[in-house]
Amino acid sequence: MTTVTATPTDDRVATRSATATIMGRPEVGALIGAVAVAVLFLLVAPAFRSVGNIGTILYGSSTIGIMAVAVALLMIGGEFDLSAGVAVTTSGLAAAHLAWFFSLNVWVGIVFALVLSLGVGAFNGWLLHVTGLPSFLVTLGTFFVLQGVNLALTRVVAGGVSSNSLNDLDGFDSAKAVFASSFQLGSVEIKVPIIFWAALTVIGAIVLLRTHYGSWIFSAGGDSAAARAVGVPVTGTKIALFMGVGFCAWILGMHNLFNYNNVQSGAGVGNEFIYIISAVIGGCLLTGGYGSVVGATVGSLIFGMTQLGIFYAGWDPDWFKTFLGVMLIAATLVNLYVKRKADAR
Amino acid sequence: MIRSKRAVGAVVALSAALALTACSSSGGKDAADSSSAAAAPAAGAAAGPKKTIAMITHAAPGDTFWDRIRKGADAAAAKNNYEVQYSSDPDATKQAQLIQAAIDKKVDGIAVTDPNTPALGDVIKKAIAAGIPVSMFNAGGPDALGLGAIGYFGQGEKDAGIAVGAKAKADGATNIICVNQTQGQQQLVDRCDGVTEGAAGAKVKMIYVNGTDDSAVTTTIQATLTQDKTVDYVVTLGAPIALDAVKAVKAASSSAKIGTFDTNEQLVAAIKDKSVQFAVDQQPYMQGYLSIDSIWWYTTNGNTLGGGQNVATGPAFIDQTNIAAVEKFAANGTR
Repeated sequence: MTTVTATPTDDRVATRSATATIMGRPEVGALIGAVAVAVLFLLVAPAFRSVGNIGTILYGSSTIGIMAVAVALLMIGGEFDLSAGVAVTTSGLAAAHLAWFFSLNVWVGIVFALVLSLGVGAFNGWLLHVTGLPSFLVTLGTFFVLQGVNLALTRVVAGGVSSNSLNDLDGFDSAKAVFASSFQLGSVEIKVPIIFWAALTVIGAIVLLRTHYGSWIFSAGGDSAAARAVGVPVTGTKIALFMGVGFCAWILGMHNLFNYNNVQSGAGVGNEFIYIISAVIGGCLLTGGYGSVVGATVGSLIFGMTQLGIFYAGWDPDWFKTFLGVMLIAATLVNLYVKRKADAR
Repeated sequence: MIRSKRAVGAVVALSAALALTACSSSGGKDAADSSSAAAAPAAGAAAGPKKTIAMITHAAPGDTFWDRIRKGADAAAAKNNYEVQYSSDPDATKQAQLIQAAIDKKVDGIAVTDPNTPALGDVIKKAIAAGIPVSMFNAGGPDALGLGAIGYFGQGEKDAGIAVGAKAKADGATNIICVNQTQGQQQLVDRCDGVTEGAAGAKVKMIYVNGTDDSAVTTTIQATLTQDKTVDYVVTLGAPIALDAVKAVKAASSSAKIGTFDTNEQLVAAIKDKSVQFAVDQQPYMQGYLSIDSIWWYTTNGNTLGGGQNVATGPAFIDQTNIAAVEKFAANGTR
């Protein structure tokens, strides 16, 4: 690689080599990891090699990736959302309960769930702003509140632990077509959430890298005091990021509701960490101000490949979490190493 | 230097001696290995390359109940020259993905639990449509044969609950707490609802505990017993929870009696020493064994078990009257 140096006297404005630029991207570690995992399972799992099964792997990844995109943006903005896992369940339950209880068109329930999900996100952001507490604490509170509400209201409304079936209500078929349909692409079955996942990744990446709002996210997460000083609306930026998580929770919640015909009230707990881990594998720093949407998407793909790869390979799935922990640490170390190397050039 | 060398020598000798005496003369892995070798019901092993059966359940990690099921499945697999690949997820959406992955993998058979037919019914039907024999067990009884499963092996949860409620009532219960260890599982709620129905006339209250944390279970039950002194019966929905309840009852100086669903080795001992009154046994070893063996019968001889009906593996009670007989098998980890 040739290094073109514009002003050799001042290294602050030196042009970096193309290699350094590529290697300096936050998602590089995740990409290396994804290739390694793919090669590993291609070697050991015959079912992994079958083209038709790509649909299953992508689908498994999409149910993580839809959320990981929003969670990554939030983390770059310097905050966590521990309520992200149960928020998905809350959204699905809200739509199901409202539509079933009042025998409404399911689309009324869907819109209500959207408003509620955005509201929960806005509440998280607002509470963070008002109290000045760390988002870890604020959203941990929301997490428990939502978990309790999910269980209690489901017991009251549906008399059990899962929402009632909406099959007979008006609008069910159109809603299922929007949120839970699938089509064949050659021998690969593409389920709709894969499309949502891809679209969210593209939109998220463009917003982050090509808009003013994107630079606000970076600066709010990097140093919020400095960002405020130069006129970045930090509070508004963060509230919008939390609402983004709410929006994605709504998409996934609607998919779960219409694909599986009901939502279990205890579901979703623990998934918030999976979203965060995907974002971290994808190069997001826990301290904020650095990271990548594409990286989070690759992180989700690693998750999906590992989860199903272990199964396709016939390994004892008891080891899945252990494997995941090793992956997480390895990805973080690779990220760190690559970043240092790139910065050193 | 010489002194310190001597000291090192003494330490080495001492630790070697300790290591020798540290070997226990009974219990531990050695004892477990020798007993389980004797336990597996042997039969003529089938020959040829191993076939792969996927067993996919809704179990949460770390519940002893599912060990019995897996042991039963492994015994049937050893007999039939199968390899059982076990996986589980309590989240129905993820369990559905595991079933889809088994279809992708073109396994030779699927043994599956179905705690939520609206969520899992479609993918189970898809497996059957793909020509994979599917047996069902433990959960999903009312829907199993309708979906096209070759057989169902389990107990009706509500029926079992009614039997437990009636037994507690007959034992003098007037105020029962029903301890539910996993929030959001319909079959556990069915059990408590059954207890309420079977113990008609007595007061029944369901409480939730965090079943994956024994100390939390103990303190929650203890707190409930201290708060309401009139509770005279504790019904738990799993064997490890019953053992926690024994501790809680003692700590709260309560005189409440304990009855439970499901059993394990320690629970059998607890029934023997009368700290637990009874266990209702759905015979998980049989569920695991039959779910695998039924696939073998179906693929080798076209047989089905149950003759178009669900096969009931429970409820069967274990109490003072039959504890001696059960104890023998429980030590093998097969009851």
